[in-house]
Amino acid sequence: MSATSHADGRFTLKTESIPSSASRGRTWFEALCGASSASATVPSVLAGDADLSAERVRFISVVPDPSNRFPRVRKGEVGVEEGWMIAKHGRDVIAENTEAKRPIVAIVDLPGQAFGRREEMMGIFLSCAAAADMYVAARMAGHPVVSLVVGPAFSGGFLAHGYQSHRILALDDPGVLIHAMGQKAAARITRHSLAEWQQLSEKILPMSYDIHACAKLGIVHQLIKVASATAPDASDLKRVRARLSAAIADAREEINRPRQNETKPLRHRQASFEVAQRLAEQWGGPAA
Amino acid sequence: MNPVPPSPTALAAEHFLARQSFIELKARERAELLVDAGTARELAGPFDRISSPWLAAQGLVPQADDGVVIVRGAMNARPVVVISIEGGFQGGSMGEVSAAKIAASLDLARKVGEQGTPIPAVLVFESGGVRLQEANLGLALTGEIHRAMLALRRVVPVVGVIPGMVGCFGGMAIAAALCSHLIMTREGRLSLNGPEVIEQEAGPAEFDSHDRKLIWEITGGAQRYAAGFADELVEDDVQTLADALRAALARGVPARHRSERVGEFLERIARIDDPLRFDSAMLRDLFAGLKTDERHVSR
Repeated sequence: MSATSHADGRFTLKTESIPSSASRGRTWFEALCGASSASATVPSVLAGDADLSAERVRFISVVPDPSNRFPRVRKGEVGVEEGWMIAKHGRDVIAENTEAKRPIVAIVDLPGQAFGRREEMMGIFLSCAAAADMYVAARMAGHPVVSLVVGPAFSGGFLAHGYQSHRILALDDPGVLIHAMGQKAAARITRHSLAEWQQLSEKILPMSYDIHACAKLGIVHQLIKVASATAPDASDLKRVRARLSAAIADAREEINRPRQNETKPLRHRQASFEVAQRLAEQWGGPAA
Repeated sequence: MNPVPPSPTALAAEHFLARQSFIELKARERAELLVDAGTARELAGPFDRISSPWLAAQGLVPQADDGVVIVRGAMNARPVVVISIEGGFQGGSMGEVSAAKIAASLDLARKVGEQGTPIPAVLVFESGGVRLQEANLGLALTGEIHRAMLALRRVVPVVGVIPGMVGCFGGMAIAAALCSHLIMTREGRLSLNGPEVIEQEAGPAEFDSHDRKLIWEITGGAQRYAAGFADELVEDDVQTLADALRAALARGVPARHRSERVGEFLERIARIDDPLRFDSAMLRDLFAGLKTDERHVSR
């Protein structure tokens, strides 16, 4: 089984034998967490608990559901129901209100948010907001939150499920990418030909479809080499578990000792650093 | 002889003529007109010349404020920060600088707030979403805007307005959904995916991007207000909008924000048996009763 990254930014598995509901998100969820204990009412969102370094962790993943009643989420997109359901699975952990704040791990493999007329009608922007809200609420309540990107992570889907973490880890694999928009749609919106868009995205770092660019930009904190991103073996799993545990420990450190403002810019983010500095200088006191 | 009272038509005409369109104003004028007279002070403005470092290499001309205006001032004689996006520059899109200006301002508002003096925020949304020419930095920093809004709105209200004409899309539609109170006009639009993107990804049968009536029926302010996704629908008038914003700020932080009402929304979405038969009339019924605030149309 091998991975193919298509020109339009989509990703498919080169095999006919696996059922269409199979996905990297499901594979990694099951490998790390076992079967989903989530209710069957929204089967496109897997959730469950498993031990990582002798501590109970909540895993959440969005997966394809070929018979979903919402046609636009059947390939594993974050739709109206998915956003709210992610929020529920996370908020259940926050509501436990135990002294030891359980970590939450988001397994990310998303063709994006659902592209549909009815989804817009039903307020998919609010569903995505609800999921992002939960992850930030979990962080503010003291839960370590870590993302593991195992496939594509597009746009609003990623803002809902994946971005709001203390640490974002990604598999170092050609089928793993983070981007604001697929290539065809992005070319159309920017009034470029597909070839022009591809040329630009190879030249301009933040436009790149290569996950290494995201690591350079500081969006991904760490890339993890694995033998197979689609069928992980025992050593892949061991490595990923160890990196997740380390990321959770880093997150706890950050919760206990909140980071002060950065004192020097990230190499490729000097402009945003300058913005924050200038605003702080000019902000003034509490009065207007 | 008694003076003849003016006819209702004449009154309406007079009212119309007295109106000052908010939509027609640029982002800077909007911010300056919203705060109490004489209190506006712009931060990281055009003279600071922090522009996008990514556009020139693509043959695009950067702008000295990157299309975002940050103004500190007062509303109701209390400090506020107004963040106003300029739809005329790159469609109000979020690049590294523009998004960082918003996120950093919201963070500063909170940090001052944590020392005991809350600084609420007003966001004037006019954005096509992430700037594709700075794709992943725009995406990441839009995520930082969400984080900063969520942290700030716990202490003080974060009030949003979508006046139009650009509307509010993509990651900024998520930001609009995170507001403590959201105001729209009939000329404002709110949706995650723009019609062209849906058409590209799902085909014209799913969404015909040339069908303007359909677009407004789904994403327009009147529909968003009727369905309960916006708290208030106001006329395109500077004074009306400023009054609505002041009232929203005075109302404070809601007991529960819309994006926290997980159980209620899930329960209602579960009732949709056949999404393919779903229409806007069903939508208004579906979320009716979820409205907690007493909502009204300001005239």
